[in-house]
Amino acid sequence: MVAPTAKKLFSVTLRIWRQAGPQQPGKFVDYPAANVSPDMSFLELLDVVNDGLTKDDGEPIAFAHDCREGICGTCSCTINGKPHGPGKGIATCQLYMRSFADGDTIVVEPFRARAFPLVKDLVTDRSAFDQVQQAGGFISVRTGAAPDANSIPVPKEDADLAMDAAACIGCGACVAACKNASAMLFVAAKVSHLGLMPQGQPERDKRVLAMVQMMDAAGFGNCTNQYECSAVCPKTITHDFIARMNRDYAVALFREKFKPASNASGGAG
Amino acid sequence: MNLLGSLFSSSIGRKFLMAATGLVLFGFVTGHLLGNLQIFLPPQKINAYGHMLESLGAGLWLIRLFLLACVLIHIWLAIQLTLENRAARPQDYGVAHINRATLASRLMARTSIVVLAFILFHLAHYTVRAGHPLWSEHTFTLADGYTKVRDIHAMMVEGFSNVAVSVFYIIAVGLLSYHLAHGIGSMLQTLGLKNEKWTRGLERFAVAYCWGYFLLNAAIPLAVLGGFVKLHA
Repeated sequence: MVAPTAKKLFSVTLRIWRQAGPQQPGKFVDYPAANVSPDMSFLELLDVVNDGLTKDDGEPIAFAHDCREGICGTCSCTINGKPHGPGKGIATCQLYMRSFADGDTIVVEPFRARAFPLVKDLVTDRSAFDQVQQAGGFISVRTGAAPDANSIPVPKEDADLAMDAAACIGCGACVAACKNASAMLFVAAKVSHLGLMPQGQPERDKRVLAMVQMMDAAGFGNCTNQYECSAVCPKTITHDFIARMNRDYAVALFREKFKPASNASGGAG
Repeated sequence: MNLLGSLFSSSIGRKFLMAATGLVLFGFVTGHLLGNLQIFLPPQKINAYGHMLESLGAGLWLIRLFLLACVLIHIWLAIQLTLENRAARPQDYGVAHINRATLASRLMARTSIVVLAFILFHLAHYTVRAGHPLWSEHTFTLADGYTKVRDIHAMMVEGFSNVAVSVFYIIAVGLLSYHLAHGIGSMLQTLGLKNEKWTRGLERFAVAYCWGYFLLNAAIPLAVLGGFVKLHA
C-alpha cells in the first residue's frame, strides 16, 4: 500500500526585490505562488516561480545558490527581514515552505551592506570576504606528502572549539543581520579556527592584525555587541569568538609593538 | 602601524577605547554614588569628604582633566563609529527585524544625549554653583571645631528640594543605568573578558549593578523630598 502523499497545498505571495543591475533602481515586485507544497524548499519555490516567468518570456529572478545542503554558503536571501529566513541554524536552502502558512506574504531581499554590492535582484558580490580571508586566513606550510595525522598533538577541547569556528561557511548572514553591517563574527570565526590550533601559532599575531585591517578597509561597519550576527548564523557560531578575537587583537597589537627585532640579515650562507 | 594609530583608527582599536573610557566613567559614577550616599550620615561626614576632595588642589584638576578627556574620547568615538556604521548599510531593508538586540543596546545614542545634558546641568548646578552664590561660602565647621568648609549637605538638601531638579535627576540616573545595562556587558565583550562560562554571571552582575545604581541614586532626592534628610541646625 502506498502511503498517502497528498498534503494540503497552499498559496503564498512572494514580494521580491527586483533590480536589474547595480546602477539601476530596485523595487519590490509581488509574485503570487499557488499549489505550494509544504515539503518544497524555499529555493525550489523560487525555481518554480522562475519557470513560470521564463515561460511567459519574463526575466527570471536572480538568486545565489549552489549545494542546496547548507554547506557551501552561497545562498543569501534575507527573508522577512531575517537573513536565511525563519528557523535557527539553517541556510536559505534548508528552509522549507512548511515554515509558512497559507496566504502569507513573504518578503525576500538581498543581503544589504556597502561591502556586499548588489549584482542583480537577490545576488550580491561577497568577494570582500575573500579579500579578508586572503589577508591572513591561512597557514604557511611546505607542500609535499601529507604529514602523519598525529605528528602534532592537539588537545581534544581545542580541536572541538576550533571546529566550531571552522564551521563558518562564509555566507555573510552575520553582516546582513548586523545593523552596522559588521563582519566581526565572520572574521572572528576565521581568526579563531586557525588561532586555536598549534599549526596556526606562527602567524597568529600577523593574521589577526591583517584580517582586521582588511575588514576595516572593505567597508564593513563596527561591532556594537548586539549579537544579531550569532542569532542568524546558519552554523550557530557564537559571538564568544568575537570576544576571543578582540583579546587576540589587543595582545597582537602590543606584541608587534614591543617585539624585539632580529639583527640577522639572512641565512648562514 | 604604531600602537596609538591602530587604537584610534582600527575598528577594534576604537572599540577598545570606547570600552576603556567607559570603564573609567563607570568607575567614576560608582565612586561618585558612594560619596553621595554619605548624605544619609551626619552632615560632617559628607562635608569633610567634600573638603578632602577640594583640598587635593592640582590633583583634583588632574583627575578632572582625565575624566574630561575620557568623556570627550567616548563621545567623539561614539559619533564617529555611529556615522561609519550607518554608512556601512546605504540601503535599508524593506522589513525591519530584530533578533535579539536589547532595547537598551538600541537606545544607547538616545540615552547618552539625556545623560550628557544632565552632566552639563549637574556641573553648572553643584560644581559651578550657577545661580547659588551662597553655596560657595564656607559656612560649615568640621568636628575639629575650627575648620570652615563648604556645606555640601545643605547644598544637596536645598538643591533636591526643587521638585523639577529632583525629577530630572531621577530620570537622568535612570537612563544612565539603562545606558550601563548595555555598556557593562559590551565593555567586557570588547575587552575580550568574556566567554561562555562567565556570560551568565556577568549578565546578572550587570543587571544587579544597574538596578542598585538607579535605586541608590534615586533614594537621595526622594529622601530629601520626603523629608527624611533635612537641613541640619
